[in-house]
Amino acid sequence: MANSIFEEKLGSNDFIVTTEVGPPKSVDVSEMVHHIELLKDKVDAINITDHQSSVMRFPSIGGCLVVKELGGEPILQMTCRDRNRLALEAELLLAYSRGITNVLCLTGDSVDVGDHKEAKPVFDLDSVQLLKMIRTLESGTDMGGNELKAVPHFCIGATVHPEADFIEPQLIKFDKKVAAGAQFMQTQGIFDLASLRRFMQYASQFKIKILAGIIVLSSAGMARYMNNNVPGIIVSQAIIDELAAVEKGKGLQKGIEIAARMIKTIREENLCHGVHIMAVGNEKIVPDILEAAELVNA
Amino acid sequence: MIVAEQKPLEEIRRMIAPYQRVLILGCGTCMTVCDAGGELEVSFLHNALQLAQARSGDVAHTFYEHTLKRQCDPEFLGLLDEKTADVDVILSLGCGIGVQAVAERLPDMPVLPGVNTSFMGMTKESGVWDERCAACGDCRLEDTAGICPITRCTKGILNGPCAGPKKGKCEANKDMDCAWILIYQRLERLQQLDKMRRYYPPRNYRPIPRPRRITSKAGTMAGEGNG
Ligand code: SF4
Ligand code: SF4
Repeated sequence: MANSIFEEKLGSNDFIVTTEVGPPKSVDVSEMVHHIELLKDKVDAINITDHQSSVMRFPSIGGCLVVKELGGEPILQMTCRDRNRLALEAELLLAYSRGITNVLCLTGDSVDVGDHKEAKPVFDLDSVQLLKMIRTLESGTDMGGNELKAVPHFCIGATVHPEADFIEPQLIKFDKKVAAGAQFMQTQGIFDLASLRRFMQYASQFKIKILAGIIVLSSAGMARYMNNNVPGIIVSQAIIDELAAVEKGKGLQKGIEIAARMIKTIREENLCHGVHIMAVGNEKIVPDILEAAELVNA
Repeated sequence: MIVAEQKPLEEIRRMIAPYQRVLILGCGTCMTVCDAGGELEVSFLHNALQLAQARSGDVAHTFYEHTLKRQCDPEFLGLLDEKTADVDVILSLGCGIGVQAVAERLPDMPVLPGVNTSFMGMTKESGVWDERCAACGDCRLEDTAGICPITRCTKGILNGPCAGPKKGKCEANKDMDCAWILIYQRLERLQQLDKMRRYYPPRNYRPIPRPRRITSKAGTMAGEGNG
């Protein structure tokens, strides 16, 4: 039996669409609620980010609870940056008890890229160890070897970076994540489909669902900023040029067009099993992308 | 060796303010090598403090200088007794260990830290020191081609790189090599990439409840009885 609606979907042959919502730096969650309501019936699951880019916000677990309340399917993003193994385990118990059973396991960005640069980085575990730890909980014991009275079951995923400029060590890590039990992978932003094709030639030997990460850019400036400041992200020159060519104010429209075009190609050419759309702060345009990509009833 | 940086002069002046006779105490070992608190730095600091005092117009302090071969070793601390009879405070330019060793030796003497002890590392080039070991108590350099992921990766992760490196540099600092790219390259060179493919479980932090102590096992050969 599947542990979640999303896991069931992963088991089908359907094209899978996920997206993400970033919680606010606020106790007013109305905008997040609005985004979740807007998206919950249009995608298969919604990731809630975990202090993305090491910027302190309303927590992922809190956002996931809201998704649940609104009848959506949440994916709990969990990084190892801020919690040691006790805190991670405890939060997983909380998540499961509230019906939050999809977990994306991440190492987490460095504290240095965020807005609390003086914080103590934890990293008691890394992403591979976090995946393993969840499988351990499911087998009935915590990391201390102590028995759990009732046992949780999760659908777990991780990330992979097909466009890393030094791919081999990333592929080794990918193998380890698969071996550790990852059932799905949401890739880092893809800006060049050739790299996705290459990656899939490698990844298709594994029984794991790959969702291509699509980052929606709103201007050439944003693309350059990401290249300089966001860990790992490398926006291709072709995309930057395309964004730079449009008149002022039309950047986001172009970004939507590019994202939709990529999604359409991925789906039509069956390049991988689905997409994960990251609109970084522009969640409200995700429906437009889905429409432009002809994925409205996904 | 241990690497440190001398504290800013203003901070040192603030610390010594309540005391009249100040012994500036250097250390002849690591602090000499990293240019933070050897004989030379003791005399520079002496001059700087004197000058600052003259500029400010009040003659509050009398300074004395001395440098021990090693502040962290009881063998050399005995020499302190005669040097400290007529002083009110010791401004130690030893590392944090030296400061504490001196304080332990002299229960009635205030001892102040004149340097910020930074890390264990090595001289990279003249005037540049790099951190290399965090004394994790469970050395894994065999598996990582002699490059320490705990110290040299900002996150200290054990199963390969995060998704952050660009052009071989760490996401946290564009001037710093990504440790895991270095490890990958060296393992490849040594034809030991299988070591990177292995799963490494979470670290055992039990060897690190602070403070740690090592007791030599008298009468045993080095390495014996390790099992
Ligand atoms: S693994 Fe690194 S931190 Fe641990 S003892 Fe070896 S060099 Fe030092
Ligand atoms: S970029 Fe490399 S060194 Fe920096 S945190 Fe990631 S794995 Fe560690």
